[in-house]
Amino acid sequence: MGDNKFEIHKLNLYYGSNQVLKDIDLNIAEHKVTALIGPSGCGKSTLLRTLNRMNDLIPGVRIEGSILLDGEDIYQPELDVVNLRKRVGMVFQRPNPFPKSIFENIAYGPRHHGVRDKAELTEIVEWSLTKAALWDEVKDKIHKSALELSGGQQQRLCIARALAVKPDVLLMDEPCSALDPISTARVEDLIDELKKDYTIVVVTHNMQQAARISEYTAFLLNGSLIEYAETNRLFTNPSRKETEDYITGRFG
Amino acid sequence: MKEKVYEKMLLFCAMASTLVVVLVGLFVFLQGYPLIAKTGFISFVFGKEWLPGGGVFGIFPMVIGTLAVTLGALVIGVPLGVTTAVFLAEYAPGIVTPWIRRAVELLAGIPSVVYGLFGMTVIVPLVRYTAVHWFGGVLSPEMKTGFGIIAASIVLGIMILPTIVSISEDALRAVPQEYKKGSYALGVPRWQTIIHNTIPAASSGIMAGVVLGMGRAVGETMAILMVAGNAPALPRSIFSPTRTLSGNIGLEMSYASGEHAQALFATGIVLFIVIMLLNSFALFIAGKGVKVR
Repeated sequence: MGDNKFEIHKLNLYYGSNQVLKDIDLNIAEHKVTALIGPSGCGKSTLLRTLNRMNDLIPGVRIEGSILLDGEDIYQPELDVVNLRKRVGMVFQRPNPFPKSIFENIAYGPRHHGVRDKAELTEIVEWSLTKAALWDEVKDKIHKSALELSGGQQQRLCIARALAVKPDVLLMDEPCSALDPISTARVEDLIDELKKDYTIVVVTHNMQQAARISEYTAFLLNGSLIEYAETNRLFTNPSRKETEDYITGRFG
Repeated sequence: MKEKVYEKMLLFCAMASTLVVVLVGLFVFLQGYPLIAKTGFISFVFGKEWLPGGGVFGIFPMVIGTLAVTLGALVIGVPLGVTTAVFLAEYAPGIVTPWIRRAVELLAGIPSVVYGLFGMTVIVPLVRYTAVHWFGGVLSPEMKTGFGIIAASIVLGIMILPTIVSISEDALRAVPQEYKKGSYALGVPRWQTIIHNTIPAASSGIMAGVVLGMGRAVGETMAILMVAGNAPALPRSIFSPTRTLSGNIGLEMSYASGEHAQALFATGIVLFIVIMLLNSFALFIAGKGVKVR
């Protein structure tokens, strides 16, 4: 499977007394797209959020096991979460641009990580927007409010914003579920383009989407990892009964 | 049929309260206008002498006094109020939040005379002590009484806290969680997220709270009368005793008659205009915030 970006060992996660993730063992390959699929409430978004420790923000959450990023445990007490989130960027289900200009949205992250020079910021903004395939559409209005963009453009802006802090990994939590089919296609093309340089983990409800964009797919059910395989094999020849039932639409 | 009756009744009640505003404005205006017409608006507002016995009516010292204590109240009340709101909206643990909020809301319920008493017995002596012991050499005698701009600003700063805290807290809580999550996901720590993301997103609401607090400060009468010293002269330092527009009316109305009384009504007109301007400004910026979302 090539190099592993993430190695997840015996991961258990609880919200209070409610166990949400059960004994997850999963390796995520570098420079590939890995899709997490499963019915609502199966824990796929929670699993995604363990990778940049966004679950830390939820009161009462408890985590056991380990997650290695490039061989380093991201749950060790002395780890710098700020630095982790810089390396592991995230795009959310609903586009969430800040109520600022397009420029300020992109410059927000780099600025907080110490880039003060205006010329350097301008360069980062152009680079990120180009990388997110949005530059041509917005280059004449980068000082206008980001909220004036369409939903699809806003989502690509959020991808550009994540890219601006130069991460190695992009986590995407159902990035297309609030978008129309045309915008969805553009974001999917973008994901395909970005995997050359980034490791991408994407949660999706849409199995066709998982089949289109990912190399590997993990199927979760009730907090357990049921099956993890190359996407082609998982969709054409699943080895577990539950996976087959889910992908053929018998439930979920 | 019955529906119509209720509708008419509600309409009548709504009209009644609108009518009261119009009547108050009209009444004050009618009573005060003759004097403004006689003295001239400019020399009334910018006149430096207030000698009711001699028929000289210039309210410039009171305009400056009002501006000074309002500004002073903002200097004290805004940082304290906004930081309290940030703490309540972002940091306060669930158990203490309602207690702090209740305490702040209670501040709004304390009668202004009681604030005045508190100011006279606690703030004024403190200011007097500071003036005498730290600045004794440079201040003239009337600035060493403790009564004056500083004492009034501190009392007013406390009085406008509830307005600023509750409106700012609402504005901060209304900022979508998505903004915060987006910021955290970029590796921006919590405190910086609050400073550079949450507060700017809530800024129009916070500004509206500040302006409404300002309106309260401009109009406050009783507590100010008790701590400001009330001399109708241009203040020369922040320790100087001062008189505000509202204080001017409150002090002299009980014995004024004739032109003197008209001059006090005219003071009321100026006060009325200032407060209306502030309120429309608050509405304007609050409305602007809604459009941005």
